[in-house]
Amino acid sequence: MTGPVDGVPTNRRNFLRGAALAGAAPALATIAPAQAAVPAAARPLPSALPPTAQRIAAEVGNPEAEGNRIGGKAGSDFMVDVIKTLDIKYTPSNCASSFRGLHESLINYGENKSPEYLSCTHEESGVGMAHGYFKITGKPLMTMVHGTVGLQHATMGIYNAFCDRVPVIIIAGNDLDAAYRPPGVPTFHSAQDINAIIRDYTKWDDTPVSPQAFALTMVRGYKVAMTPPFGPVSISLDAGIQQEPLSEHHKDLYIPKFTMPSPPAGEMGAVKEAARLLVNAENPVIIADRSARTAEGVGLLVQLAELLQAPVVDQGNRMNFPNTHYLSRAPGVISTADVILGLELSDFWGTVNAYSDNGVNGIGENGTKIKKNTKLISINASELITKSNYQDFQRFQPVDIAMPADAQATLPALIEAVKSALTADQKRAIEGRIEKAKKAHADARNRELQTAAIAWDASPISTARLCMETWAAIKDQDWSLVASEGNVSNWPNRLWKMEKHHHWIGRSGGYGVGYGAPASVGAALANRDLGRFSVSIQSDGDLMFAPGVLWTAARHKIPLLSVMHNNRAWHQEVMHVQRMASFRDRASNYGNDLGPIGTSIMNPDIEYHKLAESMGWWAKGPIKDPADLGPALKEAVAVVKSGQPALLNVWTQPR
Amino acid sequence: MTNFKIFAVTVAATFISLSAAQAGDAEKGKATFIHKGCYECHGFEGQGGSAGLRLSNTQLPEDGLIAFVRGTSGAMPPFSSKIISDAELSDIYAYLQSRPKPADPKSIPLLAN
Repeated sequence: MTGPVDGVPTNRRNFLRGAALAGAAPALATIAPAQAAVPAAARPLPSALPPTAQRIAAEVGNPEAEGNRIGGKAGSDFMVDVIKTLDIKYTPSNCASSFRGLHESLINYGENKSPEYLSCTHEESGVGMAHGYFKITGKPLMTMVHGTVGLQHATMGIYNAFCDRVPVIIIAGNDLDAAYRPPGVPTFHSAQDINAIIRDYTKWDDTPVSPQAFALTMVRGYKVAMTPPFGPVSISLDAGIQQEPLSEHHKDLYIPKFTMPSPPAGEMGAVKEAARLLVNAENPVIIADRSARTAEGVGLLVQLAELLQAPVVDQGNRMNFPNTHYLSRAPGVISTADVILGLELSDFWGTVNAYSDNGVNGIGENGTKIKKNTKLISINASELITKSNYQDFQRFQPVDIAMPADAQATLPALIEAVKSALTADQKRAIEGRIEKAKKAHADARNRELQTAAIAWDASPISTARLCMETWAAIKDQDWSLVASEGNVSNWPNRLWKMEKHHHWIGRSGGYGVGYGAPASVGAALANRDLGRFSVSIQSDGDLMFAPGVLWTAARHKIPLLSVMHNNRAWHQEVMHVQRMASFRDRASNYGNDLGPIGTSIMNPDIEYHKLAESMGWWAKGPIKDPADLGPALKEAVAVVKSGQPALLNVWTQPR
Repeated sequence: MTNFKIFAVTVAATFISLSAAQAGDAEKGKATFIHKGCYECHGFEGQGGSAGLRLSNTQLPEDGLIAFVRGTSGAMPPFSSKIISDAELSDIYAYLQSRPKPADPKSIPLLAN
């Protein structure tokens, strides 16, 4: 990686050595030229010790205005040229030395636009923000992470994105040249193959070794990430190729053209066979999980459901089907089905089978939820990226028709095939289902309302009241529920009028706790740019994994109404310990808490409103009396509409 | 059966029913309901939720509730008398029966539409 340009040595390692020496000197301008006269043996060795005050001053001070000392355009400037062709709007990242070259190019050469750098306090937050942002815009973000330790911080978020079929472009800085990289900390933070720790849950990764290779890798990576099924990709980016200037060797650099790939649709023979089963069914049921990638996907599913007058169960990893539609139904309807069409189900086995975690010796018991001869059809692009190690593919479920294809891309053909297959008699029979379906939907709605009314005035506040007070406060906005963490008995999906694709963006994917706060901030960022109002139900346990993202939201003026479901415990885990104790016939030790030791978040109670205030949010709490919630929400909504984030710390019932 | 006999049987049944209801202590029951962890799935008010059934104002008789707690093989783990006694369950039953009846959703503005 050497080559003279305009008579200036461009060997990167020479540059680094010079910089290290200069850092120890009082003035860069005077010391750097003098180095040439110092015999190599007499030069001070790079130190692995913490930097001195002088060195810190040299590193954080303004660069001297003596022109370009590296003798050409930096490799990372070219990388910015590449990145800009992909129209990546933001890069939520936590700064680190291993990508300092690219960082500097982005904010100075790239003028901090497309992408704009967003300051994050944790790599998991950067990935989570990208995760949420994509689910609103359909466009991926790039997040930069430090080699090894930064990537280690990011891993849970990457796993969630992988399981949720969300593309994230990860740039992981890494200093590969063991002979010349700085010793000590930077070497601790380098690895032969940093992508190894995430390879099981990314779609693709690469380690380009030249600026031109970076261009190919970046465009390919973007393409891989954006081909359904979507998923994260990672690029290990050597510090050397970021920092070295471009030379004659690089004069023919080019940026490959990106073409958006078309999604894989189902094979027509399988589509026609699926249509035949559906039109001949007496009780077809459609179940959708990540079916609707866009608003168009919602419309297609409505079209298919109405054509068949088939009830639809929306499992909620996206907003697939309007819950106000008379064909929207709760999961129990599958017990009546003779044909089930599963669209992008993350767990088909768990959909049609029951599992009780209450067997002898704590080993669970299996059962079934469906009739014996029910035909099963699956359209699922996830089958195209099945890996081995992590078990996100769930238990194997045999089906009658398996289409490893994108559901939304397949629906137009399936709709046409159903139309072609329907006879006049079948059309009449199908129309006969309408009134019954409308009555079933209305009855279900009434039952939900009656259930919501129970303990309406309780304190701590019931989750139904929490959600309906919030609904009343936001329903007149162009709202978007960007996270609902900690299990509020699914009240928003049961009672809010969810009709648009952005009304609900789904859950984390891998159920890694700590997704909600950063994903909601990322989605709120996207909604801000689209002029929408973002609201999240934020649980206490989720927020405490990486609360620093609150600061990121305030710093970058991302408006978000965060209504806390503060039940002061990790209630999912409470029952696991309780269950073990019951099986072993002993009472759980609660200590001084309200749950088994180790499962509560109390004593002391965390004052989330103060935490949020300290990071620049408008906040209020703790709110324990349900009568106080409505007025507080009104204030908070006004704050959010003014462009600021607001948090309400609400004490709630467990679920 | 004469009217008198019907009246006598009704009075006796009411008396027995009231005796059973009064057997438990609702205040103690509330504390036990919380400190034995029942609230974790069923809510502080026994209102139920995604993790547990509604128990407030349950139609189950007290014996039925106790039998269920001892022998459930569903999602809820069984609790033996070593963990929670019959007397404690009676108190819990009294607490659950003392909960206010749920309001008609039509009377709650946020649920009326």
